[in-house]
Amino acid sequence: MAKTKSRLAEIFARHERELIPEWMNHQLAAMTLRRDLVNEDELKQQSRRFVETFRAGLESTDGSVDVTTPAWAEARELLGELSRSRARQGFSPAETATFVFSLKQPLFDRLRVELGRDPEALTSELWQSTVLLDKLGLYTVEVYQTGREEVIARQQQEMLELSTPVVALWEGILALPMIGTLDSARTQVVMETLLQKIVETGAGIAIIDITGVPTVDTLVAQHLLKTVAAARLMGAECIISGIRPQIAQTIVHLGVELGSVVTKATLADAFAVALARTNRTVAKVAGAG
Amino acid sequence: MERIPILKMGDCLLVTIQVDMHDRLATTLQDDLTERIARTNAKGVVIDISALEIVDSFIGRMLANIAAMSRVLDARTVVVGMQPAVAITLVELGLSLPGVSTALNVEKGMALIGRALGKAQGTNGGPET
Repeated sequence: MAKTKSRLAEIFARHERELIPEWMNHQLAAMTLRRDLVNEDELKQQSRRFVETFRAGLESTDGSVDVTTPAWAEARELLGELSRSRARQGFSPAETATFVFSLKQPLFDRLRVELGRDPEALTSELWQSTVLLDKLGLYTVEVYQTGREEVIARQQQEMLELSTPVVALWEGILALPMIGTLDSARTQVVMETLLQKIVETGAGIAIIDITGVPTVDTLVAQHLLKTVAAARLMGAECIISGIRPQIAQTIVHLGVELGSVVTKATLADAFAVALARTNRTVAKVAGAG
Repeated sequence: MERIPILKMGDCLLVTIQVDMHDRLATTLQDDLTERIARTNAKGVVIDISALEIVDSFIGRMLANIAAMSRVLDARTVVVGMQPAVAITLVELGLSLPGVSTALNVEKGMALIGRALGKAQGTNGGPET
């Protein structure tokens, strides 16, 4: 096994120089190359570095095709870096993986020329190189995927933070404008921030405005009621505002019981109620206009 | 034995829970408080739980029970100073204490009872105690 493996390494090393331009041509010819995102020089640089690390990997292994061994660490690192940068640039997974897979054709051509007379050796070398390249290709896809998932997770977190502000409308009156669909995780965050703010400001009234909530189903209503109940336990009263006509219909059709919760159509109405509850009035300045 | 002190302030009884509630303490508090309400003829009970950081369903139920018992003895109960985490826990446990009044702090709780008693005295002119 060690002997056959070294043949692949030897052939690869011998043809390394011709391989690079040929591989470059294959990559440039491939439909999946995004010329708008990567220029030729950069690609050449990346290709050369990969060929070097690939050769180093071939030479330092004893014929195993396990790319998770330290011998392939350099190649993995290079591919990881490449996939991550391509994921950020907007390449698709297929476009990213083609980088590795397109090396097959020039490599197989070389193997055929060298080992054409020995079908058995040819098949075994072909198999070995195809397994290796497949694994490396899949590795790029994996890294690509992880990179994308990280981006998604970060965006979700940012959205969560963005969409749950608690604003002080007046002394003792808080408003919580909710935007986006309410799920359990978000409700939890909303509830915690609201209650925390109630403790900090000592507010007696909180207005939950759901103008930005696209749909209200039984689950969302339940989440809302939970928030209201928790705020009440702390000694603050909640008013739900921003109920659109369709949502009012949905709530009734679903048979959701909002109980004793005060509901208003608009935030302005709710604010008026809140002012009245705290014994305040808004008056026009006499004599102006 | 450990006991939770019950202070009398005018018409009100003030209970400040400063230690971790365990079940025995909770039942003792129930006994003491009902006995005290009956003896002093108090019209209001303020339970300050701002130092309480952990609740379970038993303590939650105890709060509801104390409120119900006080009502039977003609005293209003206000639970004050509940921590956010405690409020969330109680709601998740399904104990939203429907019959219990709440306030943010002792001051507001006292004011709430004062208003309620003022109204009550205004209508039926109950005797001062």
